[in-house]
Amino acid sequence: MIPPLLDAGGATSPATVPPAGLNGLDPAFSRVVRAPEAGTSVDRGWHVLDNADRLAALGVEPVGTILCVHGNPTWSYLWRRLVDAATLAAAEGGDAWRVIAVDQLDMGFSERTGARRPLARRVQDLGDLTDALDLDGPVFTLGHDWGGVVSLGWALSHPDLLAGVMLLNTAVHQPEHVSIPAPLRLALQPALLGLATVSTSAFLETTLSLAHPPLPASIKDGYRAPYRGASRRVGIGGFVADIPVDLDHGSRAELDRIAAGVAQLTVPALMLWGPRDPIFSDRYLDDLLDRMPHADVHRFEGAGHLVAEDVDYVSAVLTWLGDNIRTPEEPPAPVALPEPDRPPLWRYLDDLRDSGESAVIDMVPSSGPGPRVVSWRLLSKRVRQLASGLDQIGVKKGDRVSLLIPPSADLVAVLYACLRIGAIVVVADAGLGLKGLTRAVRGACPDHVIGALPGLTAARALGWPGQKISTTTLAAPARRALGVSFSLAQLVSLGSDEELPEPPAASDTAAILFTSGSTGPAKGVVYTHEQLSAVRDALAAQYGVGVGTGLVAGFAPFALLGPALGARSVTPDMDVTSPKTLTATAVAAAVKAVDATVVFLSPAAVANVVATSAALTDEDSRALAGVEQFLSAGAPVSEPLLAAIAALMPSATAHTPYGMTEGLLMTDITLDGIRDAASASGPGGVCVGMPSGASRVRISPLDADGAATGALTDAPLVTGEILVSAPHVEDHYDRLWLTHRASRQGGVPGERWHRTGDVGHLDDAGRLWVEGRMPHVLVTANGIVTPVGPELQAESVSKVVRAAIVGVGPRGVQQVVAVVETSPEARRVALANPELAAAIRAAVDVPLAAVLVVPHLPTDIRHNSKINRSALSTWAEGILSGGRRTAP
Amino acid sequence: MRVLVTGASGLLGRAVARELLAGGHEVRCFQRRPSGVAGASDSLGSVTAPDAVARAVSEQDAIVHLAAKVSLAGDPAEFDLVNVGGTRNLLEAARTAGVGRFVYVSSPSVAHSGTSIVGGDALPADPASARGDYARTKAEAELLALAADSDGFRVVAVRPHLVWGPGDTQLVERVVERARRGRLPLLDSGAALIDTIYIDNAATGIAAALARVDSVHGRSYVLTNGEPRPVAELLAGICGAAGVESPRWRVPASVARTAGSLIEAVWQVKPGVDEPPMTRFLAEQLSTAHWFDQRRTRADLEWTPAVSLDEGFRRLAEHYAGEGSADRS
Repeated sequence: MIPPLLDAGGATSPATVPPAGLNGLDPAFSRVVRAPEAGTSVDRGWHVLDNADRLAALGVEPVGTILCVHGNPTWSYLWRRLVDAATLAAAEGGDAWRVIAVDQLDMGFSERTGARRPLARRVQDLGDLTDALDLDGPVFTLGHDWGGVVSLGWALSHPDLLAGVMLLNTAVHQPEHVSIPAPLRLALQPALLGLATVSTSAFLETTLSLAHPPLPASIKDGYRAPYRGASRRVGIGGFVADIPVDLDHGSRAELDRIAAGVAQLTVPALMLWGPRDPIFSDRYLDDLLDRMPHADVHRFEGAGHLVAEDVDYVSAVLTWLGDNIRTPEEPPAPVALPEPDRPPLWRYLDDLRDSGESAVIDMVPSSGPGPRVVSWRLLSKRVRQLASGLDQIGVKKGDRVSLLIPPSADLVAVLYACLRIGAIVVVADAGLGLKGLTRAVRGACPDHVIGALPGLTAARALGWPGQKISTTTLAAPARRALGVSFSLAQLVSLGSDEELPEPPAASDTAAILFTSGSTGPAKGVVYTHEQLSAVRDALAAQYGVGVGTGLVAGFAPFALLGPALGARSVTPDMDVTSPKTLTATAVAAAVKAVDATVVFLSPAAVANVVATSAALTDEDSRALAGVEQFLSAGAPVSEPLLAAIAALMPSATAHTPYGMTEGLLMTDITLDGIRDAASASGPGGVCVGMPSGASRVRISPLDADGAATGALTDAPLVTGEILVSAPHVEDHYDRLWLTHRASRQGGVPGERWHRTGDVGHLDDAGRLWVEGRMPHVLVTANGIVTPVGPELQAESVSKVVRAAIVGVGPRGVQQVVAVVETSPEARRVALANPELAAAIRAAVDVPLAAVLVVPHLPTDIRHNSKINRSALSTWAEGILSGGRRTAP
Repeated sequence: MRVLVTGASGLLGRAVARELLAGGHEVRCFQRRPSGVAGASDSLGSVTAPDAVARAVSEQDAIVHLAAKVSLAGDPAEFDLVNVGGTRNLLEAARTAGVGRFVYVSSPSVAHSGTSIVGGDALPADPASARGDYARTKAEAELLALAADSDGFRVVAVRPHLVWGPGDTQLVERVVERARRGRLPLLDSGAALIDTIYIDNAATGIAAALARVDSVHGRSYVLTNGEPRPVAELLAGICGAAGVESPRWRVPASVARTAGSLIEAVWQVKPGVDEPPMTRFLAEQLSTAHWFDQRRTRADLEWTPAVSLDEGFRRLAEHYAGEGSADRS
């Protein structure tokens, strides 16, 4: 039912140009265009923003047209910054894009037609307008909200003109099993519709309140300008009434036509998304991606429905368009060595399927007494059963499966079952904390969630998407309450015939691993099967891990690779959310359980293992003496700490590799290597050793502003951003097109180079030195300062436990400040006393404006070692400006 | 060059006069009492007396104008008379006499509204928002001087920030005296970063401005050591050099500001012989950051400070040690 207020017979009024003085809107771009309405004898008046005249005045020929379509209840004002920026770029000699941003009929300053305009009519309207404009190709459409749908409808009807589609938060399909978003359901109540949208400005005001951060009053006024008075808002109500809420709705057929047509589009596509949208949430993005899997996507964490106001979508759009109209340089024939044919990750599960040797040992299984020993035979069988069961319940190749299972034999079995059928495993460390984990799971938009009780409870409470599968069999009420469809036991029984689908190809996506979040919001890193196999091979080659090796896997990413290496692996008894609680006794017990020769630990764990080593028994010590390789992965460990733990394992070679979620093993150094490097001179930093195996390391030198703009070099003693390349470097970031693009900048065409975000240099011997993180580089009046070198110098002062070097003041004239933890621990934040300040100033070879003492430096939760110097710098600047002495 | 230095009886004026002499200039000093600068001639009088000013500027090539009423309190009309009127007298006399170059020695407080300065460059002088009569009148005078700038009469303004050194009565003596009597508080944590300038550096900086005035005229430059330090460290450095106890007790800056305003008001009604122990301006100075972007100053003036902060403290300590032994002898 359409309430009378919204029906035909509403007031009509002609199109006008907007009043002068709207914030950010250049009146020179506004004009009224008349277009004959197809199938009728009337002309319609359209208000459009169009920079064609300005481009002509500049004497530049457009490279193409961007056709921008707003949604409800905005107007072409939404695109004002794009019109400005595109025109400015053209004036400065860049690509000249003609931008046409329309006000849809009955919206903005276009004509109030007095007629209802269902979706099909609106798509036709836009075609009428572009006919009247005599639009020439190539055209890229850009749509937001319901304007996205209209723009896609236009795109499907104009294949000759169409060069690409761009979308901001929108949707083309309401999944059957998902209800309409609550706010819309409310507005769609017949009793409320007219009231909410037309007779009051409630719908408009609600939309304007969705901006993050809030919109300034003057911008809100810009959006309100065409909608003052109920008669001007009839189009807003009409749009809402046109949402096809059920199958009988008049616009349903057109929406379905567009949704189906979109899946046939092969033109380049870009989606820029604000996930904090109560209407067009991530599930609609997921739906669009299912239809256009080739699309480039960037989710702007923290942005919402008005993503065009929340973030700099303009640069993203123009950058993407620039990439798309330039024929990519023909990549030179790959010079890299031919890729070895890598066996699949589940190779040993096949090879050792009849072996009674133990494969995985749980020290503290979730049920029953520990340790629980799982043989290769059992593991292999379980993986096949689970894989078959997953296949039968409809988990397909390419489906995303979020694993919320603590490290255990269950996790290992589920992981390899997913890999085997080509499902993409989404792995986020519990160490991210609930907030980070929620963001990660939501962003990855899994189709299925397999979890233990705590994970599923969180998933339910926080509304994580996906079909839910429990690790244990739950009682019916709990199952219902948590929305759980299956348990692993059910999958095993469903898959008892072990019938398996075709395995995935090497180039198929295998996993999405989330970064620690210690350097900004956690990012999903995408690996293909081939790349993940390459990680395994790099580990095998570097540390001699293979069939029969006893492996203590105390570092999560490597723990999962034990079976892929053929190793007998064990996770020590530890709280995975807090690796620093691991004790020496627990490590020794794990070593004994698998007769380990290789031990991998996280750096946060290392310190506590050393601190609790007094509790080791003689028997423990004898077991530890059998360890041959010790590895602390995740962040560099200092020489004294590495030496202390090496002393517990006297036969072991102690390693600390350099890597990141995006490239898990890039260089390696041993304790002896660290001692050798201590005598080296250079710009300072932490020596992380030589590139491992097939890894290559290059430096992109810093310019005077501290930006890594230099061409790649392996020249010694040049400081810049570290780039790495290897067969086991990631494929891309998930749904972070801009981040991915930035991470590939300046690499060698045709090769996969990753910008690490770390700053450092190579030395004469080819060793890599890490000097800090790129955002933590200081630019002082006397030049660039990287933090790690001076931090190590400060830590050489006897009372200093840990130091952070940060900058205060504007870039270019930053002052260098040392913030230190001391022994004994300071009780509160203070300026260092004169003796300590003098000692630190004498030890550090850059001038320090101030030395601050704090009880604790803030570190990341995962490694307990990475200091967020950016936040610390803001804090220090507050204190050193005379602000309150809060804790950092 | 023949250079007139006004206010050469003060610490900075004397240092500038000596620096110019050392640079081979012929120096005449203009102030009410003999300057005592060896090698310079004296022209005695006040900048408020046009006749005396006219005599002083005659046959000079350049003027370095330092003479000012520097105080945290006093009759506002007196500040106007000396700082604004005196500058106007000098500018008029200089143009009449055909003097070609004019260095106006100003203060960063002319562009300071009481908030923190964190790595900022010199902003235009703004009498309306300047704090206190000294800053206000120095701002008005700087605007006057720069308005007089032309190709034939080249004016540059330099703003040394917190000049200190041996024999300094403005900063060092006040700090040492109050600390000695236990009346020097730290405001808040005393962590606000403050950049200062050692006396010798201020002198070479001002001489550099004169040397470069043909290229840089019409502009203002802040002069500092380029070594900001927490105010507590600076005070401790000065106290340490003088051999007195560093300040230990702390006062919240908000309290000090309020107290400063109150005390100012009381002093207005009943001016005492001494300066007020705390003013709002001083409270702000001691509790907010003040440090500057020196890149433009150093590049344009082709100048870098030669004496580091630590070397300055060492020289100050030497000065106090010498005083001490002189006392004993």
